[in-house]
Amino acid sequence: MDIPYIVEERADTGLNNVKLGIWLFLASEVMLFGALFSSYVLLRLIAPEWPLGVDVLNVPLGAVNTAVLIGSSVTMVMAYASLKMGSLDRYKRWMGTTIALALLFMVIKGFEYNHEFEIGNFPWTSTYLAIYFTMTGLHALHIIGGVIVNSYFLGPGAKMWETNRAQFTNRVEAAGLYWHFVDLVWIFLFPVLYLL
Amino acid sequence: MSEDVQAHIRTYMKVGAALAVLTVLTVAVSYLPFGVPLAVTVALIIAATKGSLVVSFFMHLIEEKRGIYATLLLTAFFFIVLLFIPLLGHADKLGEYYTVPNANAPVAESGGH
Repeated sequence: MDIPYIVEERADTGLNNVKLGIWLFLASEVMLFGALFSSYVLLRLIAPEWPLGVDVLNVPLGAVNTAVLIGSSVTMVMAYASLKMGSLDRYKRWMGTTIALALLFMVIKGFEYNHEFEIGNFPWTSTYLAIYFTMTGLHALHIIGGVIVNSYFLGPGAKMWETNRAQFTNRVEAAGLYWHFVDLVWIFLFPVLYLL
Repeated sequence: MSEDVQAHIRTYMKVGAALAVLTVLTVAVSYLPFGVPLAVTVALIIAATKGSLVVSFFMHLIEEKRGIYATLLLTAFFFIVLLFIPLLGHADKLGEYYTVPNANAPVAESGGH
């Protein structure tokens, strides 16, 4: 059975189902991270003391990671634009770069986590560290999920380019929307956890 | 079609550069001797600016259909409710000293229960 409205727009919503589906998923993600930001605000308000992020974390590394993730958003959107222009080769280069930047982000995050553990900062050490590890950990899981999906679209998934270009382009657009959302979450996490 | 995409690519590059500049700015501003309320305000304004650039241009929201706007409007409403639930609970207790169980608990040093 063919799933309808994968590429063509539905008359009632004016959207194809891929686009509507991914935005609804992102809406649920807003609520997931929103609950954690809300928890952060409450925990900070009622905590007898709250450390400055800059005293606990490595701000330069966090800033570099922000730049890395923004860079990966740019390369992701370039991958999509390459498909729009009909070039699978260029798409693969940009998508490969996106995945490489995502992995670089994880390596840097790994160094940061490792340093925290070395100096005895664990999730159970303080409320600040508990919410720091929860939020950045959940965000890191999202990065890993994005790497898996993007790797599929770079590798075996890219075969669809030969059979159905419009649908493949749509899939990459949806993966891109997810990826930009992950970038967006970090844009808020970085100042909230590192700088305030 | 291709020219249209070319115009988009130029926009992506400008947005990417703007995001890089704003990232430097947000770090630079954090070193200024602001009090916490002003620092939070400035940091969130910069983050919101960056976020809206990502959503508008990378996620193409400025050229999106009404169905998406309607979805996001509902999301924004519930997101704000979500943020305010604990704040209202907090405001209810203003003036009283209270803390959540185990908040800022020191690390157990004796290691035993």
